[in-house]
Amino acid sequence: MGKTISEKILSAHSGLDAVAGEIVVADLDYMMAQDGTAPLAIRSFRGMDGKEVAAPEKVALCIDHSAPSPLRAVSELHDVMREFADEHGVELNDVGAGVCHQVMMDRGHVTPGSLVIGADSHTCTYGALNAFATGVGSTDMATGMLTGKLWFRVPESVKVTVNGSLAKGVYAKDLALMMVGNITADGATYEALEIGGPVIDEMDLDGRCTISNLAVEMGAKAGLMECDHKTLEFLAGRVKPDFHPVTSDPDADYKFSVDYDVTTLEPQVAKPHRVDNVGLLAEVEGTPIAEGLIGTCTNGRLEDLRTAAAVLDGHEVHKGVRLIIAPASREILLAALREGLIEVFVEAGASVMCPGCASCVGTHQGIPGDGENVISTANRNFKGRMGNPEAFIYLASPASVAASCIEGMIADPRRYL
Amino acid sequence: MKGKAHRFGDDVNTDYIISGRYKFKTLDMDELAKHAMEDLDPDFYSKVDQGDFLVAGSNFGCGSSREQAPLALKHAGINAVLADSFARIYFRNSINNGVPALVVDTSQIEEGDELEVDLEGGTVKDLTRGLELETKPLPKVMLDILSEGGLIDYVKKHGGLTV
Repeated sequence: MGKTISEKILSAHSGLDAVAGEIVVADLDYMMAQDGTAPLAIRSFRGMDGKEVAAPEKVALCIDHSAPSPLRAVSELHDVMREFADEHGVELNDVGAGVCHQVMMDRGHVTPGSLVIGADSHTCTYGALNAFATGVGSTDMATGMLTGKLWFRVPESVKVTVNGSLAKGVYAKDLALMMVGNITADGATYEALEIGGPVIDEMDLDGRCTISNLAVEMGAKAGLMECDHKTLEFLAGRVKPDFHPVTSDPDADYKFSVDYDVTTLEPQVAKPHRVDNVGLLAEVEGTPIAEGLIGTCTNGRLEDLRTAAAVLDGHEVHKGVRLIIAPASREILLAALREGLIEVFVEAGASVMCPGCASCVGTHQGIPGDGENVISTANRNFKGRMGNPEAFIYLASPASVAASCIEGMIADPRRYL
Repeated sequence: MKGKAHRFGDDVNTDYIISGRYKFKTLDMDELAKHAMEDLDPDFYSKVDQGDFLVAGSNFGCGSSREQAPLALKHAGINAVLADSFARIYFRNSINNGVPALVVDTSQIEEGDELEVDLEGGTVKDLTRGLELETKPLPKVMLDILSEGGLIDYVKKHGGLTV
């Protein structure tokens, strides 16, 4: 019987011939924690009587979820991270570096075929780079830092094949939302998605990251893609070329397979308060909005900003609407500055934040008011997610968010392209 | 373990268990416990007696990786969570913090029911309704972690993980 990508990566990292359902202890290639999870991981590490980090060169801490700090109490937790990083010689990506996941990829900490954990559920994003990357909690992170290893249940896999081609004005985010609506919030729980097909081959790496990012919104442990020339192009100059991309065998065993043809797909939206409450954007067109958010680990990359700028160019954000834009990393912010995208955003009346998570998690930088509707490029629209349980969050593509902010209501982006 | 059931539905996410608007501010779990489940039931904290059980439908704990979620429930007095299914990161986090997360058909358990949970025996008795339900067995590694009271004490004792 052939093997899936997950079975191969977890076998190679545990020294076993592992198949789905087995439990292995595997060597970790890289570990990450952010400011919502690292302070607790540090506490757990100390609780284990941890004295030394097993491999400091394999650990990165990122201050991104509440950055810059909006509160004295948060500043103290950030200092706990800075002190730990100094003490143990691990990498600290301080305020302004960007969203942890983008920083991890930009800085070359993720390679094809590698095994990565992150104390953040959207760690599955690096599946787009052919890494088995999965979210864990703080105490698992602490165990990883202390021992360099963690236990894993080798997941069953689900094969997703995306055929056809995406129409103009329809993006990776629309495809990802359609998948979440179709597979549902727990339709792939404990499983690894292997996502491929002509649409993924054709897609730029930024779009692939958007799709892998949303794997956890279907309950999945990983959202894996194969390595191709676009992956290699992104990695060139970032990583040592001694990695080993992994593909699945033709006779690998899948729990189930899903095939989509997306040729007639139209702009999608996830409606409050569930990510799998997905429908056509057309169904909610005209819904008044008070705030838009473009950014996050889902859609804060350069292609996303280019798309948003193309829609916003020559237009103004509607009266009464706040448009918040947060590039996903410093590298992306610099590239956007050099391309003139930031100028377009500022001229349109948007508020450009420093690279980081912005208002996605409800800690700062744009907490909505009571009864307000928000349209966001993020990955979660749970009640209270952005800091106010009396607000309503719609999730959509950067183009749809930009168009909606111009009109002051949910709008189809295709008339701006 | 004996206690009463606090009943919730499907897809209870970690933002509902403990909202991001609290969890970034403090590592004081007793303080976070006061806000546990507050967006679904503002009176949750005051209703829970030490040793009670949270009972939910499918996909309990979906969403973020925040370990503050099982910790807030533990510090609110919850001894174990019973659900039709769990999201995977929450499932690990709960066990890692010594809070049993038990997969069991919860469809007949109602708010306020008196429950008796036998971890070793793998059973849940609903004393109010006279039901006896079987829990899905946990993998050995999770039972070992639970028997040490959580992953911190497990690693402290064993120096690492073995399966």
